[in-house]
Amino acid sequence: MSDPATEQTLAGARETRPQMPAPARDAAPEKPLRERILDVMALYPDSRSAIIPALRLAQDEFGWLSTEAFEAVADATGFTPALAKSVASFYDMFRLTPVGTHEICVCTNVSCALVGAGDTLRELERQLGIHAGQTTPDGAFTLRTVECYGGCGWGPVVSVDERYHEPCGPDQVAGILAELRGEPA
Amino acid sequence: MSDTTRILLDFDGDRRDVHAYEQAGGYASLRKALGMEPGDVVAQVDGSGLRGRGGAGFPTGRKASFLPKDKKPAYLCVNADESEPGTFKDREIMLRNPHALIEGVLIMSFAIGATSAFIYIRGEYRTEFEVLRRALEDARSRGYVGLNVLGSGYNATVVLHRGAGAYICGEETALLSSLEGERGQPRSKPPFPAVAGLYAAPTLVNNVETLASVPFILEMGAEAYAALGTERSKGTRVFSLSGNVRRPGNYELPLTSTLRDLIEGHGGGAPEGRTIKAIIPGGSSTPILLPDQLDTGIDYESIAAAGSMAGSGAIVVIDDRTCMVQLALRVAEFYKHESCGKCTPCREGTRWGVDIIRRIEMGEAAQGDLDLLLNVCDRILGKCLCPLGDAMAMPVASYVTRFREEFQRHIDEGGCPFTDSSPIASLYHEHVEVPA
Repeated sequence: MSDPATEQTLAGARETRPQMPAPARDAAPEKPLRERILDVMALYPDSRSAIIPALRLAQDEFGWLSTEAFEAVADATGFTPALAKSVASFYDMFRLTPVGTHEICVCTNVSCALVGAGDTLRELERQLGIHAGQTTPDGAFTLRTVECYGGCGWGPVVSVDERYHEPCGPDQVAGILAELRGEPA
Repeated sequence: MSDTTRILLDFDGDRRDVHAYEQAGGYASLRKALGMEPGDVVAQVDGSGLRGRGGAGFPTGRKASFLPKDKKPAYLCVNADESEPGTFKDREIMLRNPHALIEGVLIMSFAIGATSAFIYIRGEYRTEFEVLRRALEDARSRGYVGLNVLGSGYNATVVLHRGAGAYICGEETALLSSLEGERGQPRSKPPFPAVAGLYAAPTLVNNVETLASVPFILEMGAEAYAALGTERSKGTRVFSLSGNVRRPGNYELPLTSTLRDLIEGHGGGAPEGRTIKAIIPGGSSTPILLPDQLDTGIDYESIAAAGSMAGSGAIVVIDDRTCMVQLALRVAEFYKHESCGKCTPCREGTRWGVDIIRRIEMGEAAQGDLDLLLNVCDRILGKCLCPLGDAMAMPVASYVTRFREEFQRHIDEGGCPFTDSSPIASLYHEHVEVPA
């Protein structure tokens, strides 16, 4: 970490950020995907409202929204694969191409950028040997830049597999990658 | 009024546990509301002067009163799609005080005679989603949610709905489109959601902080809430402070405070050795203020009088290291990325904005580009279906107007004079070599 002014801000962020509860474990789904989608559809007066939740369930099942994933959504909801695809393509969190085992997202919006998100991003690129938007050749990591994740006062925000690391300066990159690789810290 | 009066975050740690929330008096307001006439509950909220905390600042009680009384079903939608850059207050409220939100949802649902409530939470807030899901389960097991709430005969259904990553879904009609399973594009108003909202039924859309403030109003009375604030901006508000300050974070303050109270008093001011260059007062879509405006009140009217907007309560401090052109580029790129593409001035204008600012930053601009940029902003302002186009045009035009010399220097010197100092520079000027 270079600039003492940024260091001071990150130290302040560590103090004001509330404690987060431990992540819920992703239990293995008890029911087949189709039944889980039907359960979600029952929550809404109009079953079309379930299309985004259904896409999420399918993405979790297949890893990304492949042709099979869209067909599974269409099959359960009764809407066409084309409609499901047209909805999915609007939203940033839906993956229309395969991604690595771990998805690392760096917020580069204004507040994070002001406290050195660019330095964190470049450090990730250096250590992973890829640019933002790419996946490592072994398929282990995908690196992306993203817009505001709502951690502005505790930035730079880096999200790893949908869990936030805040604040994440460049000096924390090595530790995060080691943990993901299952190496001792 | 004391600077320390807090309603939403007036405790250490968290009140995720339903018993802890009950011990602090939680859910007593719901019980009280269920014993009242629904119209009287709306009147209480109206009398408190509470205004929407999402961005527009519209009076909450009035908004609720627009729903026709006799048309059913009616819905309450909670806007938990907090996405305006700089804003992270709803996230902390949901994390630390989820039951205040749920209780507010139940009270307002009852007040408008809603058959169901939907909480639309942005997809990225996974931990917050898990906290809310758990809190809802607890509220259900305690009889606050479900059939015949607390023996009142009122049935409350609350559905937690996750978004999937789209800033525009914070706009209320886009939120409704998204909740109906469509691409999140805004709709023409009128009809307003109060008349034809979710599934074309009367719908009230309220922000998280707005609803979480309602239990206090029912408990302490409209007057007690109104006493915390100014003539037209009542109560407390949670301000999200970020950027170049010593202690960034969320601070709940009465609306009688000033920017200086927040930035210097609570946030400790600029980091050591730096000075404040500019202040974003209400999220990245709002026009910028200068350090000589630090004594401006943080209420809606004072910030408007200073030439900007209170917006979502997100205050971003920019210190003297920062390049304003880079800042403008980052802001413009964001709104370009989030433009839904429905209307031309926004879709085309945000792209033009980014292209021009990028030329200026990279030293490829012509002398006429600054005026061209202001011209593009002008062609967006007030000409789009929803506020997203303005959200780029307003701040960018203000940066050019207030820091014109700095923009001009980029053009005259053929590039950015701040590549060594600006904290944003590494995003635009540093390139990492990677194996092919």
